[in-house]
Amino acid sequence: MKTNLEEINRNIYDIKNKDDYDFKIKKGLNKEIIEEISKQKNDPDWMKQIRLNALEVYNSLELPTWGPDLSELDMSEIATYVRPKTKLNSSWEDVPEEIKDTFDKLGIPDAEKTSLSGVGAQYDSEVVYHSIKEDLIKQGVIYTDMETAVREYPDMVRKHFMKCVPVNDHKFVALHAAVWSGGSFVYVPKGVKVDIPLQSYFRLNSPESGQFEHTLIIVDEGASLHFIEGCSAPKYNKVNLHAGCVELYVKDNAYLRYSTIENWSKNMLNLNTKKAIVGKNAGMDWVSGSFGSKISMLYPMSILNGEGSKTEFTGISFAGAGQNLDNGFKVIHNAKNTSSVVNAKSISKNGGKCTYRSLVRVAENAQNSKCSVSCESLMLDDISISDTIPTADVRTEEVEFSHEAKIGKISDKAIFYLMSRGLSEADAKAMIVRGFASPVSNALPMEYAVEMNNLINLELEGTIG
Amino acid sequence: MKNTLIEIKDLCVNAEDKEILKGINLKINKGEIHVIMGPNGSGKSTTANAILNHPAYKKVAGEILFEGENINDLKTDEIARKGIFMSFQLPEEIPGVSVTNFLKYAKNKITGEPVKIFKFKEEVKKYMDELNMNSKNMERSLNVGFSGGEKKKNEILQMLVLNPKLAILDETDSGLDVDAIRTVSKGIEMFKNENNAVLIITHNTKILSSLKVDYVHILVNGKIVKTGNGELAKEIEENGYSKYKN
Repeated sequence: MKTNLEEINRNIYDIKNKDDYDFKIKKGLNKEIIEEISKQKNDPDWMKQIRLNALEVYNSLELPTWGPDLSELDMSEIATYVRPKTKLNSSWEDVPEEIKDTFDKLGIPDAEKTSLSGVGAQYDSEVVYHSIKEDLIKQGVIYTDMETAVREYPDMVRKHFMKCVPVNDHKFVALHAAVWSGGSFVYVPKGVKVDIPLQSYFRLNSPESGQFEHTLIIVDEGASLHFIEGCSAPKYNKVNLHAGCVELYVKDNAYLRYSTIENWSKNMLNLNTKKAIVGKNAGMDWVSGSFGSKISMLYPMSILNGEGSKTEFTGISFAGAGQNLDNGFKVIHNAKNTSSVVNAKSISKNGGKCTYRSLVRVAENAQNSKCSVSCESLMLDDISISDTIPTADVRTEEVEFSHEAKIGKISDKAIFYLMSRGLSEADAKAMIVRGFASPVSNALPMEYAVEMNNLINLELEGTIG
Repeated sequence: MKNTLIEIKDLCVNAEDKEILKGINLKINKGEIHVIMGPNGSGKSTTANAILNHPAYKKVAGEILFEGENINDLKTDEIARKGIFMSFQLPEEIPGVSVTNFLKYAKNKITGEPVKIFKFKEEVKKYMDELNMNSKNMERSLNVGFSGGEKKKNEILQMLVLNPKLAILDETDSGLDVDAIRTVSKGIEMFKNENNAVLIITHNTKILSSLKVDYVHILVNGKIVKTGNGELAKEIEENGYSKYKN
């Protein structure tokens, strides 16, 4: 009972362009390969050193001993750098037809016209399009691809690159630092409020390859920004790898909202790392919709270093057949009067597995802090799996801490109730699921809330017997 | 025959392999209000749920004709779209779905036509005023955190908005205070016209006092043991069901 409209929708994400590249590094990971990437990218020497050092760290670290089984990942089968057949463009007209067409279908140029103040678009390993509104440039806002930032703002990059997320954080951070390519750099000067969001979209087209984009955002004192990140890839039979890294610096009295809609294909291993350091009286909000990937291990982290800083995480994961989404949130309360609110949701169906894994740490010096965690799981059938693994490490008495977890199956009574109002079984389930996900869609700008609801509808398609 | 809305013939229904309804016969014409009364466990709610083809209730014999068409095996949503509505004894809570969005969506599904937002909102507002409902409830999640009375009024609101041919009210009056019962009665009066019908399931006669009831059926142990007019309800109020239990 699929409608044509929905068929077209799914096809958008599954557009498979020819694996037509300007340069694709040979598969595998060793010093020669890293040196070749560095050469291809024209790295300054300091960046080359970071890469080579990171490779050593990578080789010295083990795979995580917890969480999903990553044994199918064979780095000797992955090409870590694929340069598309185009340069960085500042006009969509100059982007090659086939690539432009993909972004057109994903709605990026349209969104740019109506609801964004800047856009970055990455295709495989390189950013192919970047733009920012004139008035933001006048106010000193920098929004550019990471390579340009390394060249043009080396001091700022060196000071912050792999400092929020240290290279030895875990094996895939080290991998990222060794082979990173693409991503976005944002600097918002003191006191500047960027009212309309910036968006970077990451598209991985090439099979048996990896995407390792680096996002570095600095929101200076008293400034504010909403940054949106979107990702997708067509489905291939072999494993693709995404190991991006997001480093966010939210200075005193600043505010950053970081929204993600992620719809990787179901052959993707998504081992992404995201951290934010939050200053005095600053605010860091995360909104996350995680739909795709075969395995996902994603635990954004807020480090509340400044007194009175706040963070909020609102996220949803949706796992279908063959998917194992091990997602969560980490927060470190490292100063007085800090607060965190976590609202995590997961949906699993057709045997999919969702795990909410979290860490809350409240340091000795973080008196009078508050932390409230709520996680809720919805299973659409009897064969799906949902799990909650929270860790709390609270080292001061003067803290308000609450944790609430709910795991449940979709209610047959509620389905019957809605069907008695004329909704088909599929419509009823979709309405219940959309309602369940509404705290996340409500936190997204309208266009993205619509996209998320479309993704939910696509995921639910065909689940009705 | 043209005026017959629903006809139930020799209906036998099992729930969890237990016989609940043991041969029910009931005919409701357009313009009529019927009442089914009976002691707890006699099969009143089963009758309502069986009409809507709830999957837990299995029809083992008999048939249900709605406007001459056998609806025994139609799916619940198809039955709803034919024009049958049920007000639930325990309305379900649907977090994250606002009353207003739900009503719009359901109205669209029932009529198959796009809903004209402005006119629709005005209509809903009018009904809510009549039912003494707080219009702030429109933006709240459907039934979440609603009091018992608010939930029941919300059911009546849905009945008015969806405007079915047959409205089945399953214990809509239970647990309500006198004022709320009066409001529900008012809603039924607003809904009722010569082209539709109401089937009220209750064990309480208060709701009936202000309504012009055409037939009262006494359901005991899965069978209709007596059918009468409004006077029968009064008799039950005074003497209970003991007379019919044997």
